[in-house]
Amino acid sequence: MKRLLMGNEAIALGAIKAGVRVVCGYPGTPSTEVLETVAKNNDGSIYVEWSVNEKTAMEVAAGSAYSGARTMVTMKQVGLNVASDPLMSLAYIGVKGGMVLVVADDPGPLSSQTEQDTRHFAKFSNLPVLDPSTPEEAFAMIQAAFALSEKVGLPVILRPTTRVCHACASIDVDDNREEHIPSGFEKDSRWVIFPQLSYKRHIEIERLQTILAQTFSESPFNRVSGKGSLGIAGSGIAWAYAQDVIRDLGLSVKTFKVGTPHPFPEKLAESFLDGLEAVLVLEELDPVIEEALLEIAGKKGLKITISGKKDGTTPYAGEYSYELVRKAISEFAGLSDAEVPQPAIPSLPARPPVLCAGCPHRASFYAVKKAMKGRKAVFTGDIGCYTLGNAKPLNMVDTCLCMGASISVAQGIKRVEPDTRLFAFIGDSTFFHTGIPGVINAVYNQTDIVVVVLDNSTTAMTGHQPHPGTGRTMMGNVSEKIDIAGLLKSVGVKWVRRINPFDQKTAISAVKEASEVKGVSAIIFEAPCIALIKKPEALGVDSGKCRACGLCIREIGCPSMYLTENGKVQIEPSTCYACGLCGSICPFGAIGGMNHEN
Amino acid sequence: MKIDILIAGVGGQGQVLASRLIGAAAILEGYTVRTGETIGMSQRGGSVVSHVRIGGESLAATVPFGQADLLIGFELCEAVRNLRRLSRNGRLIVNTQRINPVTVSLGMERYDAEAMIETVKQAVQSPILLDGYSLAREAGSVKAVNVVLLGTAVGAGFLPLSRESFLQAIRDILPQKLHDLNFAAFDKGYELGGRAVEDKAAQIK
Repeated sequence: MKRLLMGNEAIALGAIKAGVRVVCGYPGTPSTEVLETVAKNNDGSIYVEWSVNEKTAMEVAAGSAYSGARTMVTMKQVGLNVASDPLMSLAYIGVKGGMVLVVADDPGPLSSQTEQDTRHFAKFSNLPVLDPSTPEEAFAMIQAAFALSEKVGLPVILRPTTRVCHACASIDVDDNREEHIPSGFEKDSRWVIFPQLSYKRHIEIERLQTILAQTFSESPFNRVSGKGSLGIAGSGIAWAYAQDVIRDLGLSVKTFKVGTPHPFPEKLAESFLDGLEAVLVLEELDPVIEEALLEIAGKKGLKITISGKKDGTTPYAGEYSYELVRKAISEFAGLSDAEVPQPAIPSLPARPPVLCAGCPHRASFYAVKKAMKGRKAVFTGDIGCYTLGNAKPLNMVDTCLCMGASISVAQGIKRVEPDTRLFAFIGDSTFFHTGIPGVINAVYNQTDIVVVVLDNSTTAMTGHQPHPGTGRTMMGNVSEKIDIAGLLKSVGVKWVRRINPFDQKTAISAVKEASEVKGVSAIIFEAPCIALIKKPEALGVDSGKCRACGLCIREIGCPSMYLTENGKVQIEPSTCYACGLCGSICPFGAIGGMNHEN
Repeated sequence: MKIDILIAGVGGQGQVLASRLIGAAAILEGYTVRTGETIGMSQRGGSVVSHVRIGGESLAATVPFGQADLLIGFELCEAVRNLRRLSRNGRLIVNTQRINPVTVSLGMERYDAEAMIETVKQAVQSPILLDGYSLAREAGSVKAVNVVLLGTAVGAGFLPLSRESFLQAIRDILPQKLHDLNFAAFDKGYELGGRAVEDKAAQIK
């Protein structure tokens, strides 16, 4: 029977069907559910781990693939930047067991710091990449990717985008599963990268590109259909929109669906271009297919107009939509498409994401803000829920660059502004991911910064994954918790305090003390993410005591609080976690337990 | 059957579960389904939309502007925000619950509920406006507002899938301890949806 599967679930179940033995990754939207689904469906024959970062994940998986196991590594697009060091060398070394890198791109971006295109990373590293348009296709591609990887002895990249990862489709999954017993690690000079070997392998990789380009012309993931003098080429979700638009407009055009953007299926592309006068290319992010078609047209001396990003027909930035694709295709086909009449809508308040009600980060930020009031201070931030601390009214994130950068960027600012106090905010999972080298750098180079670890005992932003500080693994084991305070002390941080951020008095005085320390000091704010605790009874406002000053809302911006018509504050009981931060701010003692409820 | 549905609300209101329940119920009745979700940053109290497409040949999950057959607004402002995707002949169910964005609480923006309700009433024929929050509380938990609204859609005949399929979907997807609560929530909405349509019919006579 068909099941409703999310793209990421389909990828996971496809990998299990293909006989994957080792799965590693680091959480990152929109890729996270792939590894989680493997773990959920693990019969015990698959080793699954959340690695501390993507580089580590790639290297663990490489070792398993050297030993003949089918392996999968999962991450979001920016994770591949972290893993790019092993990736580039691994492309030279190659693998024995099939190895698939699932790297999810995020056009928009919806939850990312860049709109980078992993298809270019595939070109850069000379690795084959498959680009699904639907969850069904992702399910088929992941299985084909393992076989392909073993055939060519190279890792293969599967690059779904958010709209494929987080879309669900009805998919038939049977219980058939390929069996691949790892042959084990065999000692061989091929596993040791040396300049001489790199040179030889470089020749071989380039030879493979040509062969793969030919093989891919026969691949079922690349298709030419239809006829006429106009052609539409595309990939990913843009291709899905194009199919819908072509059908809705009743167009008769020649189409080229590209499922393997690299190596580019050149021969098939030639048959597509044959007889065409004009081509429209529809692909999100970089013009990968467009450039490949331009190159072929140039080489063959074809007189074809190729439209896409380079001539300004379609945008580079942002995600595509049905409407955007419909407009582009209508104009390309010379149709005047009537605009859909839009209903008149009153002006609506924006609703950006915010820190949850009861989130301990709000209390941590607030304590630092209070302690540094009137002093010159810069607050560097990092990647996680707590990036939302930049919003009003907290305004506590002055920089955010990439995973782990809070600690190192703070040091650079301190070097230029010695009189400014520098606070680096970093979450527990991010600290383990890439925060530690920055701390060592600050200690070694004697830089005065305060490291603030926001320890909520989970990887919250991506949906609560365990990490080395939680003592739980994806194999269901209990492991030794890695103690952040002990780790900081062991690398030479002399002043380390562990503090409950909801104890504002202690927190504020600790922050003041930390800011006076010579060298690196560290505060670990410890309080669990609200998703990890049972929701307590909500707090209430005593409307007799509330003087409608609005201070509580203005200071902390808790989403559970709202103003009533008379200017007094109310608390929504279904979302309040009774953290009490508002109560500590109220000058009139109007906020308390449920007995206070008006 | 081909029907495109939108669920619009505020992150945390259970849109993903609602779209999964519709999908599961549709599959039980032999239809193909596509859904698309907002997951990630926008879940933290931001605007969230789920797209559910039952039947049809479309490869993309996102419902284009003006093409949704049914819009279920879990929150007033979010319902209005997504009206542009609703077909002029579409059906509309709106939970009149107001959730203030922090920008409004801070006085940076205005939440004009009256104008929004007026817009909703004008948008299509016979929209159903209801206090889903109170119905969910009566059923046992305000968290079940999502299932109340699904019940309303089915009870009103706006979502042509059977009550039995939804109850089965609840059994299949949710842990047992939540079954009774969600059955009750579904039926609260189901009855209201049925009544709303009957009342309308009576008015027309």
